[in-house]
Amino acid sequence: MNPFTPDDWWPLFLHFLAMSMLAVGGALATTPEIHRYLVDQRGWLDDAQFSASIALAQAAPGPNLLFVPVLGHAIAGMPGAFVALAGMLIPSTTLALTAARWGRTRRETRGVRAFVAGMAPVTIGLLFAAGTVLAVPLAGQTMAWVLVAATVGLSIKTKIAPVWMIALGAVAGAMGWV
Amino acid sequence: MSSPGSPVELFIAFTSLALQGFGGVLPVAQRELVDKRAWLTREEFAETLSVGQVLPGPNVVNMALMIGDLYFGWRGALAALAGILLAPLAIVLVLATVYARIAAHPMALGAIRGMGAVAAGLIFAMAIKLAPTLKKNPLPLASCAAAVLATWVLVGALRMPMAWLVLGLGGAMVVFALFWLDRR
Repeated sequence: MNPFTPDDWWPLFLHFLAMSMLAVGGALATTPEIHRYLVDQRGWLDDAQFSASIALAQAAPGPNLLFVPVLGHAIAGMPGAFVALAGMLIPSTTLALTAARWGRTRRETRGVRAFVAGMAPVTIGLLFAAGTVLAVPLAGQTMAWVLVAATVGLSIKTKIAPVWMIALGAVAGAMGWV
Repeated sequence: MSSPGSPVELFIAFTSLALQGFGGVLPVAQRELVDKRAWLTREEFAETLSVGQVLPGPNVVNMALMIGDLYFGWRGALAALAGILLAPLAIVLVLATVYARIAAHPMALGAIRGMGAVAAGLIFAMAIKLAPTLKKNPLPLASCAAAVLATWVLVGALRMPMAWLVLGLGGAMVVFALFWLDRR
C-alpha cells in the first residue's frame, strides 16, 4: 500500500481518461485493467477496498460506471471521486456526440459490422476476467465461493434484483460466515 | 410515437430510469423509453444501442447522449447525461462516505467481504448471460469461443495490460471479421 500524494492527481486522471477510450463494450470490462493499475502497480488500494468499491456501486441504482467515482473516493475522498468520473466521461462523451450522427447513417457498413462482431467475444472475455479479479482474493475461503456460486445461480435462474443478493452477502459477511 | 417536450422532460425521464436500474440500466431504459413514453420504437432503441456499443465509453451513457442529441442537440445531450448520472452519483457517494466511516469495524469488514463475493458472482453471471449472443455473431462460433478464452486467461490470470489485448487480439478479430464478412 502506498499513500496518495498530490503528485498522483495527474496520473489518476490520465488513467481514467485512458480507460474511457478503452471501454469498448461497457465500463465493467475495464475493471481488470483498473485493478492492475490501482492495486498492483500503484498500491493506492488493497484487494478488499477494490472489491468493496465495486460492491457498493452495484448495490446502488444507476449505470454500472458509478464504480469509477466510488474507487476515486476510496483513493482520495470526494475530489478523487470527481477527478475519476471526469476522466472516465470526458473522452467518451465527446466522441459519442461527434460520432452519433456519423454512426446513424453508417451503422450497416462493413467496417462497423466487423467491429461489433470482432469485439463482442473480447468484451465477454473481459467480463469473465473482471469476475476472476474480484474472486481470486477470496481463494481458500470456502463460504465465499459458495456465495459467488449462489449469486451466479440466482442471477441466471431468477429475476431477483442484484441489490437483494448484495444485502444477503452483507448480512452473511457481517455474521462472520464468509 | 411521441417525443419529449423539453430538455427538462428528458432530464426527468433519465433520472427516473436511472433510479430504477439496480445492477444495470439497459432493461429499464427499454421499458421506460420504448414501452412507456414511446419516444423510440423497439428498432430505433436497438439501433441506438448498437451504435453506442461501437463507441468506447459506458453504453448507457453513450445511449443517453445520443437520444438527447437527437431531440435538442447538445442541450438535450447534456440534460440526458445529467439525468442518468446526478441522482445515482449522489446516492453512491453517500454510501461510499458512510462505508468509509465504518470500514474499520470488524462487522463492516465482514459485510464488505460478503458483498465483494456477490459482486464477483454478479459479473460472472453477466458474462454467462451474454455468452449465448455469440451464436448470432457472424464469425464462426469456435473463433469467438477461442477469443473469449484467450481474453479471460490473458487478462484475468496473466494480468496483461488491457490496451495490448484490445488493440492486439481485438484488432485481429476485427480484421478477421472484415475478411469473413467479405467472403460470404
